[in-house]
Amino acid sequence: MINFNYVKPSTQKAVTDTLGKDATAQIIAGGTNLVDLMKRGVAAPEKLVDITGLPLKNIEQQKGFVRIGTLALNSEVAESELILKKFPLLAKALNAGASPQLRNMATVGGNMMQRTRCSYFYDTAMPCNKRKAGSGCGALKGYNRMHAIFGTTENCIAVHPSDMCIALVALDATVVISGKTDRRIPFADFHRLPGANPEKDNTLQKGEMITAIEIPDNDALAKSTVYLKVRDRASYAFALISVAAAMDVKGGNISAVRLAMGGVAHKPWRLTTAENFLKGKAPSTENFKQAAAIAMKDSKGHGHNNFKLKLAPNTILQALTTVSTQV
Amino acid sequence: MAHHKEETGGENKTLHHTRRKFFKISSALTAVALIPSEIIKAAEDKVDEKIAEKFEQQTLTLEINGVQKTLSVEPRVTLLDMLREQLKLTGSKKGCDHGQCGACTVHVNGQRVLSCLSLALMQNGKKITTIEGLATGDELHPMQAAFIKHDGFQCGYCTPGQIMSAVACVREGHADNEEEIRAYMSGNICRCGAYPNIVEAILEAKEKGGNQI
Repeated sequence: MINFNYVKPSTQKAVTDTLGKDATAQIIAGGTNLVDLMKRGVAAPEKLVDITGLPLKNIEQQKGFVRIGTLALNSEVAESELILKKFPLLAKALNAGASPQLRNMATVGGNMMQRTRCSYFYDTAMPCNKRKAGSGCGALKGYNRMHAIFGTTENCIAVHPSDMCIALVALDATVVISGKTDRRIPFADFHRLPGANPEKDNTLQKGEMITAIEIPDNDALAKSTVYLKVRDRASYAFALISVAAAMDVKGGNISAVRLAMGGVAHKPWRLTTAENFLKGKAPSTENFKQAAAIAMKDSKGHGHNNFKLKLAPNTILQALTTVSTQV
Repeated sequence: MAHHKEETGGENKTLHHTRRKFFKISSALTAVALIPSEIIKAAEDKVDEKIAEKFEQQTLTLEINGVQKTLSVEPRVTLLDMLREQLKLTGSKKGCDHGQCGACTVHVNGQRVLSCLSLALMQNGKKITTIEGLATGDELHPMQAAFIKHDGFQCGYCTPGQIMSAVACVREGHADNEEEIRAYMSGNICRCGAYPNIVEAILEAKEKGGNQI
């Protein structure tokens, strides 16, 4: 690992000032992804700004929403009684990710900021537009079994690897960002599609940091939830396809439904058109199949990952069937 | 936190040369000052490397297996490397060094973490427990005894990590049944495939104080 300067500021302003001034500075908190990337030579920040001394760890009920500090650990959120009661979907998604040791280290903000696990991004001998803009995409014609089927370009077909983010986009969370000025953006607008700039994973600007996530209260989304993760082994593996689903049924019809998918795109993939199709309809297998078909519109395989074109709708169908029988 | 270099937002480039910049300066000076044979010797001795290493070290204080330690490390040194190279606590193993195998698992403030992905400097003020800190004198920890009784290993390389993870697994309350144990021990890989025996060891140890540290 190339050496770097290490600083541990005691105020949030000192952190954002440092990030604003020094383009080679990067935040470190859990370090589970960044330290690995630095060991592999994929990342080489000249300065690490340790933010673990900041008071951004609380998980608390506010008026109309739950606020989770950016430094709350993945394990703390997954085991929080407040989260288990109000947003079980989030706890399920978190527990489906990584290993217990990693969940004890990784923070909420770090989970959002983690880089893709595309093997061409990690292999510094291969071209990768995300690692080195303009160098090409090794995955497009390479071994792309884990790769995206939505929103890809000829520049990048990588997927965002998070499980937590799939639940948060389904729950309409808000990202609280601090910089020169503070701002709030919908979770769905935080991560971005690769377009012509796959080196940018998200819309965070220079000199900005995530300080919290806010999830609006919604009892209907706590009644029946499932995070169905299809992967190569039963635990401790990234998703081939994952589906986060929440549903409520009133008078025999679907009164509330949320759907999002992981392992399919450069960002957490919310299935809004499928949700809109299902609202007010009966929770039947036929409707679920149609919703899954709607969700797959514009999907595209790249060879080794063509199986996802079939696995994805099947996973959606299974997830919807499960939540509808739990209501 | 007194040992950390605090930054309050002020520019501190003059104080903290990066290694990269240091090399540029020191290499130029070396080239001017030394005749060729001395340059070769300096290169062999990695003089630049050694000077830079001293130059960039920072101090930290932490408690390891109940003993207070003050150490100096470069920012890039991981907790695992500090334990093994500086403190000669070689029980924690370097398996993959990338957070995938769990052989380096230790407890920080009572929680299991991967020491290979933890920077040593970030552990300032914390309490670390390694496999060396489990036994009481010659008396094995209940989890260690259970691993021996149930033959929970073959080559033994993953075992320190397995045992540290197993103790935490019981303490977290995730050792109720085989399925749960398998899920919550999935961050520890065993290439010999001793999994069934590891599960048996944990099931027994949880009734016999296997959660103690």
